[in-house]
Amino acid sequence: MSEHNKRDTMQERRDFLKAGAVMAGATAASGVLVYSVAHSRAPEEGASASKRWGMLIDTSKCGDGCNDCVTACNTENGLSGETGPQDSQYIRKLNIKDLRNGRVHELPMLCQHCEHPPCVDVCPTGASMRRADGIVLVDRHICIGCRYCMMACPYKARSFVHEPLTDQNPEVPRGKGCVESCTFCVQRVDRDEQPACVEACNAKGHQAMVFGDLKDPESAIAKALKSQASTEVRADLGLNTGVRYQGI
Amino acid sequence: MANENCINQGNCRTPQFLMLLGAGGLVVLGTLFAFFTLEHHGHVLTGMNNQVVWGLPHVFAVFLIVAASGVLNVASIGSVFGKQVYKARAPLSGMLALAMLAGGLAVLVLDLGRPDRLIVAMTHYNFKSIFAWNMLFYNGFFAIVGLYLLTLMDRKLKAYSKPVGFAAFLWRLALTTATGSIFGFLVARAGYNSALMAPMFIIFSFAYGLAAFLLVQTAMYLWNGLTLDERVLARMKTLLAVFVAASLYFTVVFHLTNLYFAKQWDYERFILLEGGVYTTLFWVGQILVGGLIPLAILFSPGSRKSLALVSLASLLVIIGGHAQMYVTIVGGQAFPLDMFPGYEMSSSFHDGVVAGYTPSGWEILLGMGGIGIAFLATVVAVRAFKFMPQDDFSALECEKD
Repeated sequence: MSEHNKRDTMQERRDFLKAGAVMAGATAASGVLVYSVAHSRAPEEGASASKRWGMLIDTSKCGDGCNDCVTACNTENGLSGETGPQDSQYIRKLNIKDLRNGRVHELPMLCQHCEHPPCVDVCPTGASMRRADGIVLVDRHICIGCRYCMMACPYKARSFVHEPLTDQNPEVPRGKGCVESCTFCVQRVDRDEQPACVEACNAKGHQAMVFGDLKDPESAIAKALKSQASTEVRADLGLNTGVRYQGI
Repeated sequence: MANENCINQGNCRTPQFLMLLGAGGLVVLGTLFAFFTLEHHGHVLTGMNNQVVWGLPHVFAVFLIVAASGVLNVASIGSVFGKQVYKARAPLSGMLALAMLAGGLAVLVLDLGRPDRLIVAMTHYNFKSIFAWNMLFYNGFFAIVGLYLLTLMDRKLKAYSKPVGFAAFLWRLALTTATGSIFGFLVARAGYNSALMAPMFIIFSFAYGLAAFLLVQTAMYLWNGLTLDERVLARMKTLLAVFVAASLYFTVVFHLTNLYFAKQWDYERFILLEGGVYTTLFWVGQILVGGLIPLAILFSPGSRKSLALVSLASLLVIIGGHAQMYVTIVGGQAFPLDMFPGYEMSSSFHDGVVAGYTPSGWEILLGMGGIGIAFLATVVAVRAFKFMPQDDFSALECEKD
């Protein structure tokens, strides 16, 4: 091989390595970018106890007959939307009437994400669990379908999957024979998004649901709870619910 | 072949034995058919729903589990309290306890949403859960009562029967306390959430267990063409009457306690007056058939010598026991949760209304399996081992009640 040819080959190799390095860098950078968009919190980080997710629901702003939060929840979580006694409902509109004065309220009822959840206490296998950031979930891998948590929940917030499922949302795996309930749309929360119900309520212009970090004094929910009176449903049980109501 | 396994070589009645096996086997086959069908299609085929999550299978299962711990009382009275009549019946009592517990647990497991994950239930324990504690108590019960049976039936181990029997007695009290607490610890529901549940379940177990024992004992005596001694019958039927009366007493106290708390009035009105099938089952099933009529029979002068009357009373106690379980388990769930006291509620999720529940045939098949398994185990055990009570009448004469 001549001296000239050897130089050319070296040059080509350098060019190739350079181009490769640029491409690899670009790929890695875009990957990191995409990753950072998709996961504001790395999965291995786990949920942090420095946060506690909560929701404040203003019943006076909840639209009469509006069901948008329920519909959005069903779409997000792949629920059928059927309302038979065996169908799953993560969130439902509750109509309540004060028997003393006849005053009526409408409000969405969902898992209250208690600090001391009875469902977690009673679960024999530990499938019912509370994340460090306060979200109460069912581990679908170790739920044996005994339904004791449904007996224990004071809010009737849980459903049992009574039949095989098809066309599931891949982000929200569900399964026949397991218990399920509102997760605060944990898959969205982990991306720094709002739960589907809250987003739908805001889109409708009702602004009846505020979601945020109860431990962050600067969050809208923490400020609202500090300045306005709110109630817990079944406060007598001392569960310190993550969901609070105004207007009742 | 079947004759080789028969302890009573003189009169094995093998064809009849095979018929019993066949009958029990058919029931269990039906249960397996129901189980696989539900496992495939899901609980959509049952009457259970998101309001009534525990239905008829649990009624059968919890009855069997409670009665299983109660049936061991016969052995405990013999071993722990030294009563001769009961000592002679200790092995039969221990064996029945194991058979009934196995039947009850089988139904509970087969009704799980994910029965294939039984191993998960055995390997993941949440020690704050009374349900998890129950699993430990059930497994421990098999081990301790199994050991107890060994000490009763093996001459070399006979000396240990008293301490092991005492341990079994304490264990069964703990087990039924835990079973009652499954309901007692449910703070949210008006029908449960009571410390009385644990002792009340213990008292119920005394009555249901002894009633089941008396029925099996009667069947065994009839099968072998023997006559149960009147003195033995008189003692056992009086004890059953005491247990039935105590069960009634606890039921009255439970409801009186609720009636004292204003917040519980709606639930009491539901069970005692306006609950339809639950009210009927409470008054007719639990109180009349399972309580007052058996008491009247057991205290009637004729019952002292009548095996038929005592057996009838026992059968009624068992029927009443199932009614009680239905009222407690299903009635307690059918009554709506009161999330907003003083408010009327309605929703698409059946809030504020009495939940509907009609058990399907699959649940009946599943539930009957518990009785089927207990029956099969008993039929085989009494044929292969010496469980027939051997009364020592000279000791009986000396012993005071």
